Amino acid sequence: MAELVKKVHYIFDKECSCREVLDKALALGPDGIVQELVDSGLRGRGGAGFLTGIKWKLAKEQQETPKYVICNADEGEPGTFKDRKILEEVPCKVLAGMALCGYTIGAKEGIIYLRGEYSYMRHELQQQIFQFTKEILGPLGLDFKISIFMGAGAYVCGEETALIESIEGERGEPRNKPPFPVQNGLFRKPTVVNNVETFASVMTVFRMGAKKYKNLGTKDQRGSKLISVSGDTPRPGVYEIELGMKLADFVREFGDGDTKAVLVGGYSGFCVPETHFETAVIGEGRPTGAAILLFNHKRSMYRVLHNILEFFAEESCGQCTPCRVGYQQLLKGIEAVKKGEKSEEYLNSLLNLTETMKITAKCGLGQSAPNFFKSIVENYREEIVY
Amino acid sequence: MTETLVHELVEKYGRKRSSLLPILQEIVRRESYLTPQAIIEVAKELDLSATEVYGVATFYSFLDVQPRGEYKIRICKSLTCDAKNKAILDELEKLLKIKVGGTTLDRRFSLLMTNCIGQCDHAPAMLVNEEVYTDITPEKVREIINYYKHKKI
Repeated sequence: MAELVKKVHYIFDKECSCREVLDKALALGPDGIVQELVDSGLRGRGGAGFLTGIKWKLAKEQQETPKYVICNADEGEPGTFKDRKILEEVPCKVLAGMALCGYTIGAKEGIIYLRGEYSYMRHELQQQIFQFTKEILGPLGLDFKISIFMGAGAYVCGEETALIESIEGERGEPRNKPPFPVQNGLFRKPTVVNNVETFASVMTVFRMGAKKYKNLGTKDQRGSKLISVSGDTPRPGVYEIELGMKLADFVREFGDGDTKAVLVGGYSGFCVPETHFETAVIGEGRPTGAAILLFNHKRSMYRVLHNILEFFAEESCGQCTPCRVGYQQLLKGIEAVKKGEKSEEYLNSLLNLTETMKITAKCGLGQSAPNFFKSIVENYREEIVY
Repeated sequence: MTETLVHELVEKYGRKRSSLLPILQEIVRRESYLTPQAIIEVAKELDLSATEVYGVATFYSFLDVQPRGEYKIRICKSLTCDAKNKAILDELEKLLKIKVGGTTLDRRFSLLMTNCIGQCDHAPAMLVNEEVYTDITPEKVREIINYYKHKKI
């Protein structure tokens, strides 16, 4: 198999000593750490893509105490499993990234919010935390305590403010932003919430230096990035790559020779039909989520769309009307068109509805509607109708 | 019974509002689901209204408020698994003599569908309580069910 996608090996590189990287980073002091992160161009790997260095800087500047560091391990986007692999293979890097964040912003407590579906790895992770605390934090004299908080099966808790509500013992409903968690987070105190991969990437930055890190990837997505490949592919798995590849090359390497469409960015991402494979580049322009799902010609795109809509209708937290009612109506709508109870033009009304959801829904869950819906309905209209 | 358990858990996790989820999670782990009595007890201990506790519980799909069996089987239904889980589902329905959403008469198993469990590289996948099973086949399903049928509770 020709290697068309540019792979790199940093995050899963076990030769990297967390202790050495931490030593190197800590020597820079809080201001130096922030500067290095800003220079690296590292963006949050959870999906929203906020600059990590700026987030840490804002939290550092807050006067209020105590402050908190939260690692978002509520990896719920269907088709995403990279964080699972990081936590299973290189948990030390995540813990070290969290500790470094704690040192930088002045937090003494870190919490890993682990999704309920990953309960099976809790015990092992707890052991890793124990070992890390004893062997690395202790000798460094860092006062930082890490604990695990278990999720209980709610996709929306991957949204940072919903996650915070959940830890506080509430329904996981997103808060209004601003204020952002860096000012007003867990228990209304300054909080940094970063994704698992972000913390691990912080270690890559300090190991190789900001300059070198910045040269990896594209201008929209600096550094290395993990992708989770699944669907109709003979080579599913997690790959660390430099973004900026043509989708056609990706399909040649990962497809099963019969690829019909690719869903880039998981359920909340975009569907690219085969006619666009040559022109689409992953990592430029559109936001790049971690999940890439391939579909072959045996798939019914109606079934794909139905599955995605059902997912969002179930996972909507119900707090805001556009999302709660919107997804239910979209689901009922495509069913009615399929059955012939509504005419084909009704799809246009549904498309308008997704635009309304985009501008009126409170969080990303509802705002994602037009991404996948539009790209599937416009490219596979016939399959949806007949 | 329920009263003793709730009291024990409140002592363990504390009476803060942020103890609510861990308490509910452990009740579900030990008793399979949250009975109305358990919800009322937790509310009393944490000085909350029962509706408040029920509202939180029903938000999370793993905090079951419906009667469930000892072992909750959750089959992943997201797109990668969706293309591969038909035979698994048929086998489970046949073995357990229940449909999705049902619980066996002996209260040992419940059969449920769930959204992506993050094992797409080893589809089809399912959870039995907190254990994860990947690359499952009808044969593997028979072994798994057999194991849990004979496992001492």
